[in-house]
Amino acid sequence: MTVCVQTEDFDTGREIASLTKNNTNIGAVVTFTGTVRGHAEGGAITSMTLEHYPGMTETELQRIEAEAVARWPLDATRIIHRYGELAPGDNIVLVITASAHRKAAFEAAEFLMDYLKTRAPFWKKETPAELSSEQGAGHWVDAGDADDSALERWKR
Amino acid sequence: MTTADPKPVKLLYFAWVREKIGKPSEEIALPATVKTVAETIAWLQARGPEYADAFSRPQVIRTAINQTHVKADATIAGAREIAFFPPVTGG
Repeated sequence: MTVCVQTEDFDTGREIASLTKNNTNIGAVVTFTGTVRGHAEGGAITSMTLEHYPGMTETELQRIEAEAVARWPLDATRIIHRYGELAPGDNIVLVITASAHRKAAFEAAEFLMDYLKTRAPFWKKETPAELSSEQGAGHWVDAGDADDSALERWKR
Repeated sequence: MTTADPKPVKLLYFAWVREKIGKPSEEIALPATVKTVAETIAWLQARGPEYADAFSRPQVIRTAINQTHVKADATIAGAREIAFFPPVTGG
C-alpha cells in the first residue's frame, strides 16, 4: 500500500511487477493511467502544469487508499501522481489495485480515482499554444460536476 | 492592549487563489472575533483588493484546516494551518 507524489515519470509495467512480486494470492490486477490530452475546450495546449499541496496531498491519498482497503479485499494498491509541468501525452496518474478476484480490483480502482479527483489537492493549469511563450500563462481547469456525481454511488 | 495577542496562523493559498492574492502563504494573527472558516474568508475579503478579488465568490472556495478538508461553518479553533483553494482538479 504505497502512495507517491513526484515529478518523475513512472513505468506501469515495473510498478505492477514490484507490487505483485511474491504474492500468489493475487489473481487480478487493475491499472488506471491518466494522461495529458493535447487539446482543451479552447483548442490545442502545449503544456499542463499541476500544482499540489505538499503534505496534505500525501495524507489525503493515504486516507483514500485506507478507505479502499477497508472496503475491498485488496492484496496491494499503488497510487502515483505527478506534479509540475507536463506535456501532451505524458502520464499524470497511476492507480493499481490487486486482489484475488477481478470485481474487487475493478471497483477499488474506480473508487480510488473517483475519490482522488474530488479530494486530492491538485490543480491543473493548461497553457494554450498561443500563450506558450509567456511564463506562468494559462487557464486553470474548472472542476467538473461529473466528478462530484461520480462519488454518489460510493456513499453508504 | 487588554487581551493577549492572538496566536498567528499560517494561511496557504493555491492555484488561482494564490495568483490573485500574489503570494503562496503568510502568517496572520486573526482577531478573536473570527471563529469559523466563513468568518475568516469574510475578514480576508476586507484586507485589500487582491483579497476581495480572490474571495469574491466564497461559495467556490474550498478550505483545509491542518491539512484536512473542512466546510465553511467549521471552527478555526486549534488551526495551525488554514489553506484556501479552488475545487481540486487532479487525476
